[in-house]
Amino acid sequence: MFLVPDLVVRFFHRMASPPHFYAFTERLMPWLVTIFILFTVSGLYGGLYLAPADYQQGDSYRIIYIHVPSAWMSLFIYIVMALAGAIGLIWRIKLAEIVAISSAPIGASFTFIALFTGSLWGKPMWGTWWVWDARLTSELILLFLYLGVIALYGAIDDKRVASKAVAILALVGVVNIPVIHYSVEWWNTLHQGPTVTKMDKPSIHISMLIPLLLMALSFKFYYLIALIQRTRLELLNRERNAQWVKTMVLERK
Amino acid sequence: MMKPARKKRLILISLMLLGASVATGFALKSFNENLMYFFSTTDVVEGKAPKNALFRLGGMVIKGSVERPDDGMMVRFKLTDFSKEVTVEYTGILPDLFREGQGIVAHGKLNNQSVFIAEEVLAKHDENYMPPEVKASLKNKPTQGSGQ
Repeated sequence: MFLVPDLVVRFFHRMASPPHFYAFTERLMPWLVTIFILFTVSGLYGGLYLAPADYQQGDSYRIIYIHVPSAWMSLFIYIVMALAGAIGLIWRIKLAEIVAISSAPIGASFTFIALFTGSLWGKPMWGTWWVWDARLTSELILLFLYLGVIALYGAIDDKRVASKAVAILALVGVVNIPVIHYSVEWWNTLHQGPTVTKMDKPSIHISMLIPLLLMALSFKFYYLIALIQRTRLELLNRERNAQWVKTMVLERK
Repeated sequence: MMKPARKKRLILISLMLLGASVATGFALKSFNENLMYFFSTTDVVEGKAPKNALFRLGGMVIKGSVERPDDGMMVRFKLTDFSKEVTVEYTGILPDLFREGQGIVAHGKLNNQSVFIAEEVLAKHDENYMPPEVKASLKNKPTQGSGQ
């Protein structure tokens, strides 16, 4: 409002209007898909082919190119979901409510992938599929929070009311996010400490780090694409009686 | 400026977040001991670990301490947290990453001689990823204790 440049404010005001959002994202989509493919192909090629084997784990470590970006996304998407939920609660912006609920299944999927790939790696490396240490347990709670959000939204028929309920649940669950992130530092855990996000230089070799960061970007773009598609669908569903939807459908016939 | 109704909702949501964080903070603080996945070797030597009960012990396998006394499946090694040491005995198959100088977590209990009899040994991977050539070149320099 006073710190944000006028141009940005106007952009968000326009975006908050469903017809503008619908038209704008349609033009944006091919670009997003192109960037996503570029990052994914270069990230996978770099991670699975160019990067050297690890001195201890050999080739098994390569699961980090899926596991780590998924785990990062599981936290990132939750924060986006809670923020969008808060914006929906405070400003009553319909689009923010839809962004919040559309994020939940994507976030839940990334959380599941992080838990699943971690488990696959844990068996040969640690010697167990699963342990109840602070990192694994808090990440499992995150999955349940996502599932709770999805279930709560589905249980309430009035979608405006459902969005409010879901936003409150998502906001309360935000306390879990720093717990997940810092669990490996606050408590003794079987899960290793942070590699990339340490304050000093990351303890991963640069040839292994670059593909990891490429995959992280690729996952970010995947989220953006999936989020936009889900949001457009939910928007059409909610606004099916609105004039702009009727006009658009008639124009396309 | 923000409309009063919005401002009120913003304040309410902030208070809700603050309340939830404080409650979580207190809960985590009071359960701090239970959230520790394992005890350190110092805890065991100082008698903080449970007696006659199963618990987990974590530490680094001391270089040169791994031995197989009866040429069988039983392995004996010493764990350290760079301050105190505990002897561990384990019968069974060790995980891939088990080696000297590596962090591990063992599940078991202490016997009367203060030797930790492990029923399960898990390898704790550290946060370092590097190609073998880099590791080899690091070995020529003075090594730093990476620990857990």
